[in-house]
Amino acid sequence: MSVRVQDVAFDAGAELNAFSTGDGVGAIVSFTGIVRDTDGALAAMEIEHYSGMTERAIQAIVDDAMARWKLQDVLVIHRFGRLVAGAPIMMVATKSAHRADAFAAADFLMDYLKSRAPFWKKETTADGSTWVAAKDVDEDALSRW
Amino acid sequence: MNVMYFAWVRERIGVPFEDVQTTAETVSDLVAELSAREDRYAAAFADVSALRVALDQELADFSAPLAGVREVAFFPPMTGG
Repeated sequence: MSVRVQDVAFDAGAELNAFSTGDGVGAIVSFTGIVRDTDGALAAMEIEHYSGMTERAIQAIVDDAMARWKLQDVLVIHRFGRLVAGAPIMMVATKSAHRADAFAAADFLMDYLKSRAPFWKKETTADGSTWVAAKDVDEDALSRW
Repeated sequence: MNVMYFAWVRERIGVPFEDVQTTAETVSDLVAELSAREDRYAAAFADVSALRVALDQELADFSAPLAGVREVAFFPPMTGG
């Protein structure tokens, strides 16, 4: 499994192709999060993180997923720093013999990365900068697991 | 101990981290001690229900003891993904 926290951009398609190999692979599920600009006003998104804790927290979430489902591999990439609209922020991919495990694990990983990995997003528009508030619905999603 | 601040907590307090000499027994004690020192701390810690704390890079409760802890971090709820 691979966990990468980086400021440089990544190519989600190339990452997925490289991940989708190996003996006994039957199912790959991936999710890519993109910087969203809903009303055309976003100048940039700044992502801050807690270096050290970030890697530990993501690794713990991945370990939990590996223990819960039959997975052959997991990939997590998450960027920090200054991003512009349309740029991939992060991706998760899971590899399994069958799709049920791959889907469930990817869903679980995303729920936990949202609320338990120490990242904070700040959006800048012409009107200024605001920190993105955590949503109750994201915290509530953890109770599914 | 090393005390770290992230996101708007960092902006409100004005530094990303600092060395704090304290005899506080719990996180809540530390919050009270810092809040009493200067207004910028009181402003950042006005509503701790809007904050999260990590002790040595593990999420913890505000009632957690600080004995043996080297690094305390305060930050808003996380917005990853």
